[in-house]
Amino acid sequence: MTEFLAFFKTLTPTGYLFLLLTALTVISAMGVVTARNPIYSVLALIATFFCLSGHYILLNAQFLAAVNIIVYAGAIMVLFLFTIMFLNLRREDEEAKTNLTKIASVIVGGTLMVMLIMIFRAKSSQLPVGSTVGFEPNTGMVENLGHLLYGSYILPFELASVLFLIAMVGAVMLGKREAGDRHF
Amino acid sequence: MQPTQDVLIPEVIQQIPLTYYLILSTVLFIIGIIGVLTRRNAIIIFMSIELMLNAVNLLLIAFSSYKSDSAGQVFVFFIMAVAAAEVSVGLAIIVMIYRNTRSIDVGLLNKLKW
Amino acid sequence: MALPILLTKGLIILVIFGISLLIATYSTYAERKVAAFLQDRIGPNRAGPWGLLQPIADAGKLFFKEDFIPSQASKWLFILGPSLAMFTALMSSAVIPFGDSIRFAWDNVNYDVNVQGIEINIGVLYIFGVVSLGVYGVMVGGWASNNKFSLLGAIRAASQNISYEIALGLSMIAILMMTGSLSVRQIVNEQATFFEWNVFTQPLGFIIFLTCSFAECNRTPFDLPECETELVGGYHTEYSSMKLGLYLFSEYINMFVSSAFISALYFGGFHYPFMNEVNGALEKSMGAVTGHNLATAIGFLVFFGKILFFIFFFMWVRWTLPRFRYDQLMNLGWKIFIPLSILNVVVTGAGLLYDFKYSSWLIVVVMTVLAVMSQAKAPKQQVVPQRTV
Repeated sequence: MTEFLAFFKTLTPTGYLFLLLTALTVISAMGVVTARNPIYSVLALIATFFCLSGHYILLNAQFLAAVNIIVYAGAIMVLFLFTIMFLNLRREDEEAKTNLTKIASVIVGGTLMVMLIMIFRAKSSQLPVGSTVGFEPNTGMVENLGHLLYGSYILPFELASVLFLIAMVGAVMLGKREAGDRHF
Repeated sequence: MQPTQDVLIPEVIQQIPLTYYLILSTVLFIIGIIGVLTRRNAIIIFMSIELMLNAVNLLLIAFSSYKSDSAGQVFVFFIMAVAAAEVSVGLAIIVMIYRNTRSIDVGLLNKLKW
Repeated sequence: MALPILLTKGLIILVIFGISLLIATYSTYAERKVAAFLQDRIGPNRAGPWGLLQPIADAGKLFFKEDFIPSQASKWLFILGPSLAMFTALMSSAVIPFGDSIRFAWDNVNYDVNVQGIEINIGVLYIFGVVSLGVYGVMVGGWASNNKFSLLGAIRAASQNISYEIALGLSMIAILMMTGSLSVRQIVNEQATFFEWNVFTQPLGFIIFLTCSFAECNRTPFDLPECETELVGGYHTEYSSMKLGLYLFSEYINMFVSSAFISALYFGGFHYPFMNEVNGALEKSMGAVTGHNLATAIGFLVFFGKILFFIFFFMWVRWTLPRFRYDQLMNLGWKIFIPLSILNVVVTGAGLLYDFKYSSWLIVVVMTVLAVMSQAKAPKQQVVPQRTV
C-alpha cells in the first residue's frame, strides 16, 4: 500500500486522468453485469466504451479511439438497444440463477483474477518499458495504419470483407419470416 | 498553432507501468466472465462477451503503444470487424429464439427439440 | 507562446458556441417566416419589429410550462434523453473550420490561430462518431416515455439513422480518396480554386450526402420518427416544457451543423472565387496583420453565407415536399443510395488512377440518359374522356 501511495505522489495530471478513467471503466463495466434492466446495461456498456476510447487516446491510438466510438458505440450498441426495444423487454422478469451459482461463479472469477494478477506482477520485469530510444510516435496514426492494412495485411483485410458478406447473408436468412410465421 | 515537431512519447507511457494496463484489462475480462456465468438474459450474456473482447483490445493497444509496433493495432481493427459481424448474426439468432419461445432466457433452451 | 494563443482559442470556441446557439434560435423564426412566405401568409409579426423577438417569447413560454413526467416513465432516462440529444448536437461543431486564421503579433512574432475549435487529423472520423451517437437521445427519450407512439418513433429513428449513415459515410469516402486526408481543414484547403470545389468533382456524392443529411436530421421528407399523422408526436409525444424545447432546439442545431459540413466538404468552405487576389491586395494595402485578419473575416462571412443558404434550403424542402412512406424510405436508403455510393467510390477510384477528376459525372450522365430513355419508352397514357352518365 505504501508503495502505491509513493507512486501516487509521482504522478502528473495525465497519471491522475489515467486513474480516473480506470475507475470509471471498472465501475461502468460492473454496471453492465449487475443492472436489472437490460436498457441500463446497454447504457453502462456505452459508458465503458467511451472510457476505453479515452484510454486509447491517452495511449496515442487516435484512429482506434475514433473507430471504437463509431463501430461499438455508434453501430453495435444501437443494434443492441434496437433489439431490446423491439422485443420490448421492459419487464424485469428474468428469474435469477440460484445464489449458489452466483457465489460459485464469483469465486471462480475471483480466483482466476488473483491468479492472473499474481503472474503478471511476478513477471512484470519482462514487460516492455516506454523508452525514448527508437520510439515511433506515429504508431497509432491513420497514415501508418493505412499503409500496414493495405500492405502486409491486405489478405486478412479482404477476407474481413468476405466475412461481412457472409454475416450479412446469414443475418438476413435468420431474420426472414417464412410464410405462416408469427409477427413477434 | 504550429504543430510541435518534437512529438515525444505519450505521457502515460512514461508514468504508468504496463502492469497497470494488464491489471485493468484482467479486471474487465473477469467482469465479463462473471457476467456470462451469472446472468440468464441472452442479450446481457452477449454484452459480457463484448466486454471481454474489449479487454483484449485494450491490452493489444497498450502493448503496441509501449513497444511502438503498429501490428497490435491492426489486430484490434480486425477484432472490431469480427465483433461487428458476430453481433449482427448473434442478434438475429436471439430474435429467432424470442420468436419461438417468447423469451430470451437461456435457461429455457435446454431441449434439443421442441 | 501559450497564453495569448490559448486566450484567442478560448475566445474563438466561445464565439462558435454562441453563434451556433444564436443561429439555432433564429432558425425557428426563419422557419416560420419561410413557411409563411411559401404559403402566402405573413408569419409571426407581433413580438417586436417584424416579429424578431418571437424566439425569445417562445423560449419564455417553454420555460414557464408545466414540466411533466409520466408516472410510468423511468425518470432518469426521461431526463437523459433530451440532454443527450442536445449534447451530441453541440459536440459536432468542434471540427468545422469556420475561417482561415487570425493573425496577431506578440513580442514581434506573428502567430496564426485557426478559426476552428480543434484541428485534428481524424476530423472526418470525429464527425462520423458524433453523428452516429446522435440517435441515442431520440432512442432513450422515446423508450423512457413508456408510450407506444414514442417507442415506435424511437425505433423508426434508430433504423432510419443506421440505414442512412452507411450511404453518408460511403459518399464521404469518395472525397477522402480525392483529398487523401481525414482533416476537414485539409479538405477545405484542397478546394481553393473554384472548379475544384467538390460539388463539381463529386456531383453524385453531393446529392447523396445532402439527402442523407436530411434523413440524419429527421427533417421532412424524412421526418417519420415524429410524423404527426401516424404517431401523434413521435418520440417526443410525452415531453413538455423545456425538455421538448431541447429536442426541437437540437434539431435546429443539427441542421446548422450539417449545413456547415455540406458547405465545408462540397462548397469550398471559406473559399470564394478570386480569393487569392483579394487576399493579396488586402495584405499589400493594409499590412500583413490587419490585411490577413480582414481577409479571414471576409472568408468567415462567405462561409456563413453558404451555411445560411443551406439552412434556407432545408426549410424550402420542408415546406415543398410531402413525407415518404416508411417502406419507400427504406428502399431509397438500401436499394438506391448504398449501391449508387459504392458505384461512385469505384468510378472515382478509376478516375484517380487515370488522373481524371471529374469521372463522377459519368454516372450522372448515364443515369440521366437512362431515365430519359425509360421515360420515352413508357407507353403513352391514352387520355380516355370520362363519360358522364
